[in-house]
Amino acid sequence: MLSDLPFFPKQASTLAGEVDALYLFLVGLSAIMSALIAGTLIFFAIRYRRGTKVDRSNPPEGSLALEMIWSLIPLAVVMVIFAWGASVFFKIARPPDDATSIQVVGKRWMWKLQHANGRREINELHVPVGRAVRLTMTSEDVIHSFYVPAFRVKQDVLPGRYTHVWFEPTRPGRYHLFCAEYCGTKHSRMIGSVIVMEPDEFQAWLGGGQAGVSPAAAGQKLFNELGCASCHSKESGSRGPALDGLYGSTVLLERGETAVADEEYIRESIVDPMARVVRGYSPLMPTFKGLVAEEGLFQIMEYIKTLEGERDARAERADAPAATPGALPETAEERK
Amino acid sequence: MTTHVHAGSTPKHYLIDGYGIRSWLLTTDHKRIAILYLASVTVMFALGGLFAIFVRLELLTPAGDLMQAETYNKMFTMHGIAMVFFFLIPAVPAVLGNFLIPLMIGAKDLAFPRINLLSWYVFVVGGLFSLYAMIAGGIDTGWTFYTPYSTAWSNTNVVPTAVGIFITGFSSILTGLNFMATIHKMRAPGLTWFRLPLFVWAHYATSIIMILGTPVLAITIVLVALDRIGKFGIFDPAAGGDPVLFQHLFWFYSHPAVYIMILPSMGVISELVSAFSRKRVFGYSFVAFSSLAIALIGFLVWGHHMFVSGQSVYASLVFSVLSFLVAIPSAVKVFNWTATLHKGRISFETPMLYVFGFIGLFTIGGLTGLFLASLGLDVHVHDTYFIVAHFHYIMVGGVIMGYLGGLHFWWPKMTGRMYPEWWGRLSALVIFIGFNLTFFPQFVLGYLGMPRRYHAYPEEFQVLNVMSTAGASILGVGYLIPLVYMIWSMRYGKVAPDNPWGAKGLEWETGSPPPTHNFEKPPEVVSEAYAYHEHPAEARHG
Repeated sequence: MLSDLPFFPKQASTLAGEVDALYLFLVGLSAIMSALIAGTLIFFAIRYRRGTKVDRSNPPEGSLALEMIWSLIPLAVVMVIFAWGASVFFKIARPPDDATSIQVVGKRWMWKLQHANGRREINELHVPVGRAVRLTMTSEDVIHSFYVPAFRVKQDVLPGRYTHVWFEPTRPGRYHLFCAEYCGTKHSRMIGSVIVMEPDEFQAWLGGGQAGVSPAAAGQKLFNELGCASCHSKESGSRGPALDGLYGSTVLLERGETAVADEEYIRESIVDPMARVVRGYSPLMPTFKGLVAEEGLFQIMEYIKTLEGERDARAERADAPAATPGALPETAEERK
Repeated sequence: MTTHVHAGSTPKHYLIDGYGIRSWLLTTDHKRIAILYLASVTVMFALGGLFAIFVRLELLTPAGDLMQAETYNKMFTMHGIAMVFFFLIPAVPAVLGNFLIPLMIGAKDLAFPRINLLSWYVFVVGGLFSLYAMIAGGIDTGWTFYTPYSTAWSNTNVVPTAVGIFITGFSSILTGLNFMATIHKMRAPGLTWFRLPLFVWAHYATSIIMILGTPVLAITIVLVALDRIGKFGIFDPAAGGDPVLFQHLFWFYSHPAVYIMILPSMGVISELVSAFSRKRVFGYSFVAFSSLAIALIGFLVWGHHMFVSGQSVYASLVFSVLSFLVAIPSAVKVFNWTATLHKGRISFETPMLYVFGFIGLFTIGGLTGLFLASLGLDVHVHDTYFIVAHFHYIMVGGVIMGYLGGLHFWWPKMTGRMYPEWWGRLSALVIFIGFNLTFFPQFVLGYLGMPRRYHAYPEEFQVLNVMSTAGASILGVGYLIPLVYMIWSMRYGKVAPDNPWGAKGLEWETGSPPPTHNFEKPPEVVSEAYAYHEHPAEARHG
């Protein structure tokens, strides 16, 4: 096994082998190229060193054929590498649909993680072997980067938005978790472990500890405390759009644009409500920026995801003619 | 050996045309300004090297035990800033380019001699500003100044340091303008574009980047300062800004800046490989145009620094394919230099050893660039020691080999003295060995997953770090040897003839050192560059 070689990193995810294959191909290619160049240099340097009696007649000044050969062949080779690298990248970028969701908040200098059942961890992440995991990540302060070398994945964690990373562990064990983007004084202490467990052990672990409230339940509590429901209700005449069935749907905005109501959109609508207002509603909502911590936003998100239901009212609005600036207040008037 | 006699009939050479500090500080002679730059960048290199010593010593052991994390972070930041902005970028163009471009094209001086002096003063003022900022408290953002850390979180001297870099940028812009105007307008009669030495082509390509790229850096620095002082919220998401925008702006300059460093060095290598194989550079026009291709494509690859930054996947695809493209003209140069040796009359003086060193280090640096341009692989090695190793091979390996090779080659022209050949060869070898021992283990460290900018690290990384630190101490010795013998040779070196290498090029047709106005009578060019085959029997001196 490659991982057992000295100076070769452990392979512990489905992606690791793919990345390593490309890496080893490139190592081989580089070795061959270096040997060719060095070999030619040394051969010429010895053969044509000053004073040797060798044929130096008609030295060529250049050769179009040679220039073509040594530009086009490398070009073809690097295009193959490009395609290979891109195909691996797409696998890294696209999580499987059935991946388990985990939320990550980076802050100087720790990783805070929360599982779907509410169990929280700091600087440690327990995951089961053989199951894809998708992390939704954000930062409370500066840019961090979530890096697990044994999984060959890395993703910057940005303040003010979500980024994602996924992996499927293949070997139980304890692996390094590093912050890879310099984040200040204790950057090198912003480290931890990913602990890959057998599925039954993991279930036992997940059930143990202070199980806590699930993020969705905590989110519902926050939702009510913040008074979100006073506007976002199903009753007709509500000031804000109903949120039932919102997650993953396509919403129609002013001026006929649309947006997919993904995590990014919902987060933005909470902290910067004026950015993309749903058509037919007045831009009345105040920002909740600073009032809800990143974990709170995650919890509200999880709560909103649980709201299933018909979206009739919204569909009606979507059918309405494109609003003109003048028409918007009228619509709001009608609703009152 | 024929020794050129300077006294009497010939005009005074530039080193004795005026004495005293005023004659240096108020000079408009491009050769003297080159010497001023030589002194300045040497000081910055020594400082940058000093910071590197502390970094490597700290990394000798896994625990962060030699210094506090704050201090370590300042050390690698100041190492990067001193080396990148105040050594690697100016070294070859401001010293060798300044000295040689007018000589190579048969001109009396650069097009704007006073602007040339101004650019040195601007450089010094910028350098002192940044030095002050570093000494009075330091800076800990890394040389990359990533936001929002630099704009909202760091408590160190971000703005003063950045102002120093901002000022220094204008020195670079002025030098680029000066070179470009000079190369266009001041070539000797008969010196057509395709008779220019490739050194001049390389500097022309470099000037394009200096003029077009550096203003973007200046703008970016202003925005950082506005964000930090005035809370404008350009990059800080807490105030509605976008931190990734900073990365786009920063790399829009700082990636092409790598070519500002490497292209002039490639120009040096073309001159040296030709002179020491006594042959015209193979595929002259391909080497010339590859410089321009690198300069232009180099502007379109910046996003390859951001494959894991949250940039769109499709943008990353485009940047990846363009990054692979820029590898081609670089490879073309290496192949042409290698082919130049074919049927040459090769000798192995110190400058030629640096040519081999350059090709070796640049090949490794270039090939590992393919790893980083590969999207799926870059995800793993980004921000690890793999990248640290890669850019040291390209930037430092490339610049140091070209700079020292060129400095040895033209030293007799610049000072009128020969450097000691044996010591020269020895130090070239020591530097090559030390360099590889320092940085090759870092590729392995990076693939193992050691992140860069780590004050402390897990124990399994220690062996490779010890190797790297050992290499760095050899490298340090390698740098000290030329520093000592070059200074020694200025007084005690053998007096140099006008053309000690029997090399072609207008700079060798005037005195060593050249007279103040370079040529006794304006030269006229009747043949192509590197016309070694026209007088194959002509022997070099000695």
